Amino acid sequence: MSKAREAKAAKIRQLMETEGDAVGTSTRGFNQGRYDSVQTLDDYEGLKAEAREIKEDAIERLPELLGRLRETIEENGGTMYIADDAADANRYIREVCEDEEAERVVKSKSMTSEEIEVNDELEAADVDVVETDLGEWVLQVADETPSHIVAPAIHKSREAIADLFNETFEPAEPLETAEELTMFAREQLGELIEGADVGMTGANFITADTGTMALVTSEGNARKTAVVPDTHVAVAGVEKVVPTVEDLQPFIELIGKSGTGQDITSYISLLTPPVESPTVDFDDPDTPITETETDRDFHLVLIDNGRLDMRDDEQLRETLYCIRCSACSNVCANFQHVGGHAFGGETYSGGIGTGWEAGVEGLDSAAEFNDLCTGCSRCTTACPVNIDIPWINTVVRDRVNRGDVSEVDWLVEGLTPDEEPGGVSLQKRFFGNFETAAKVGSLFAPVSNWAAQSSVSRDLMERFLGIDARRELPSFQRETLKDWFDARDSRVQDATRTAVLYPDVYTNHVQVERGKAAVRALEALGVDVVVPDVRSSGRAPLSQGMIATAEDHAHDVYAGLAEYIDEGRDIVVIEPSDLAMFDSEYEKFLPEKSFQRLSENSYEVMEYIFGLLENGAPADALQTVDGAEVAYHSHCQQRTLGLEGHTEAVLSDLGYDVATSDVECCGMAGSFGYKSEYYELSMDVGSELREQFQTDETRDRTVVASGTSCLEQLDSLLRRPSRHPVELVAPRR
Amino acid sequence: MSTGTVATFEDSLERLEVGWTHASPGEVATVLREVCDDPAVGVELPYDGVELPSWVNTDPTPADLRDANAGITAAGIGIADYGSVVVQGTPDGVEPVSLFGDLHVAVLRESDIVSGMPEAFEWLGEEFRTGHDSAIIATGPSATADMGALVKGAHGPKDVHVVILDE
Repeated sequence: MSKAREAKAAKIRQLMETEGDAVGTSTRGFNQGRYDSVQTLDDYEGLKAEAREIKEDAIERLPELLGRLRETIEENGGTMYIADDAADANRYIREVCEDEEAERVVKSKSMTSEEIEVNDELEAADVDVVETDLGEWVLQVADETPSHIVAPAIHKSREAIADLFNETFEPAEPLETAEELTMFAREQLGELIEGADVGMTGANFITADTGTMALVTSEGNARKTAVVPDTHVAVAGVEKVVPTVEDLQPFIELIGKSGTGQDITSYISLLTPPVESPTVDFDDPDTPITETETDRDFHLVLIDNGRLDMRDDEQLRETLYCIRCSACSNVCANFQHVGGHAFGGETYSGGIGTGWEAGVEGLDSAAEFNDLCTGCSRCTTACPVNIDIPWINTVVRDRVNRGDVSEVDWLVEGLTPDEEPGGVSLQKRFFGNFETAAKVGSLFAPVSNWAAQSSVSRDLMERFLGIDARRELPSFQRETLKDWFDARDSRVQDATRTAVLYPDVYTNHVQVERGKAAVRALEALGVDVVVPDVRSSGRAPLSQGMIATAEDHAHDVYAGLAEYIDEGRDIVVIEPSDLAMFDSEYEKFLPEKSFQRLSENSYEVMEYIFGLLENGAPADALQTVDGAEVAYHSHCQQRTLGLEGHTEAVLSDLGYDVATSDVECCGMAGSFGYKSEYYELSMDVGSELREQFQTDETRDRTVVASGTSCLEQLDSLLRRPSRHPVELVAPRR
Repeated sequence: MSTGTVATFEDSLERLEVGWTHASPGEVATVLREVCDDPAVGVELPYDGVELPSWVNTDPTPADLRDANAGITAAGIGIADYGSVVVQGTPDGVEPVSLFGDLHVAVLRESDIVSGMPEAFEWLGEEFRTGHDSAIIATGPSATADMGALVKGAHGPKDVHVVILDE
């Protein structure tokens, strides 16, 4: 393994050991809470669409809204400052504190303030800065960085916090329970807030019509921060502006549910500063608050720091719709296992973190963790503003590839038929051009398989390509699905439907049996099948960030299938990640009409069989059983497309007793689990699936899974074999 | 507002483990005595025929706020789907009085309970455009899970009680 890969693997290993359990427990809890909580909404999808529309409109009209907001804030008696970058913002905030002769600033939680590192600036100016959010305060005491954008100290266990407090503060009685720790913090922070001169908050949303800011919190610290001192500084990105107060409604309903799985957080503070509430001056503790002279100062500091460039960047613009709810972190299998200290950059972490880091810090920071997004797409349905987070990650990966020319290019340049420039790593090139390898592999099978598995080859592969030697390699079949199909005659007369079985690269070269089973099953149900020679979908290069190559595939695939569609044939796809290309990513590559035509006519194979059975095809033409037990793992992208249930329904119809896993992803995710720097993480993520299939209830069940990667991962995780569900249902011949 | 809305509001409060009591204007003082421990601070209630009893300190100092066991305020509206009460920041100190005590008692007219968030924001939009400048949508007590388990009363009140004023 190369030194860089070994270092990355070591860092991940260390975080999995030290922080993985704490992060995993919380994020899985938040994620399950989201599933439960959104069910209380009458129209979840409608609300998300509304939120998305408001953000799209607000970013489109940003200059106008900022102008309106400035007028409103000034009419209200506050000041608005737009800072170009972190230094500009910090200077302004420091000057406000100097004018106030502030000795102490109390802060409520704000990621934007972490982005600009305002604490360092103020501390250098001898201002005492106190984080009042309990999680943030723990980190301030520990001198650590957040590992999660909403629950920043998620990586620390209660025991670790107790040790930290007991060592730092030496309380008379050692603190132990969560209750004791919380009450201790409340008391300490309460005193610090009482003596504060300036309160600093973030702002989740700001309305241009009234200058009202929304603060979404659970503890009450933001309320105290904003109301106790007479000077309030709010720091927020320029993208936080929405047109009107009413526009806040969908966000308020979505943000808590999407993030920590709470229907709503304890406090949504809607403040139009400077507020009328009397200040609470603890330096003068005996004068009634209504008699204190209240002369409030309010400064809204809006930060550009790369955001206006993101707005002009067609691919990154969507990032600005993000409301920092953390759903994409919590749903992400990799994030659940390593947390934001691995899956994060300078400030932001999790799926959408790449977009933010690329926009506000630059590609270098984004590149550090971008590979941890496997494109599994589970975050896309979790996001309350429907951001295509995997696409942003792919775009950033593509840009990182293009920016990095340090790898030895001459080795493969010319040997790999891709559309990419020199910077793409050898590892990414290898996986991105998997179709070529598969063709060569089948041509020379089984010799190619023996050769690849030899210890010398595995050593070279690990050294040059970063393919982990602990992974079993796919075994290429000499006879491809296409060869097999061409050598036989169709068995269908008087076809009820006609279809194309798309020969994805894995089915065609490696898992040929599932392809044959699919043909037999479809023919048994009266479908006339053809298996044409069509190029691979481009999923492999896309997952390496090789967008130009993937696009090239998309055009060829469409050209290869269009005539069949015009002929009235349905397109049946076995590999869910390829169907997901047709159903979502191709929208970026093909003309709208072409995309629609391919997408509307494509079906996952079990979805298609489900449809045939629903329309009267005889179930007994397939293999039926009497209560045989199966354990089924659907594929991440298949579940995002809402197609998990069709396989379950078909299996049940045919007499199976089905138990389905509920892990977000198997951890393999295409090439990810092969890469030596990520192998251990991949197996760690997979261990959840292994546990689910090794319970008393599931351990003797036949294992079926829809995706190529899932099947490979299950083969590594379990002693018993696994198959594609179509192999269970297809007639033997 | 319909009976259904009130029932939904009560169900939501139940889920949040927030206590509530129905009271006629004449009964408010008795209910407050039952739920509040001394010392209590409060802000005069804007409802006809309802006055805070004399044991409630309606002109608190910062020191009184710090020592308060209970803080009594009115709530602008209640939101049935969520069990939220909307606390408006006013010059007479509703915001700090509702925030510093261990218990917040919110007194709410039954007819001010709205069914959901869309209705609440219709009301809020109007409020903000007509000059009111702050409103807290408060749902249950202050809470945190930052110390490894859910604890109530992280900075704000540990308990909430809602008095629903029957008319």
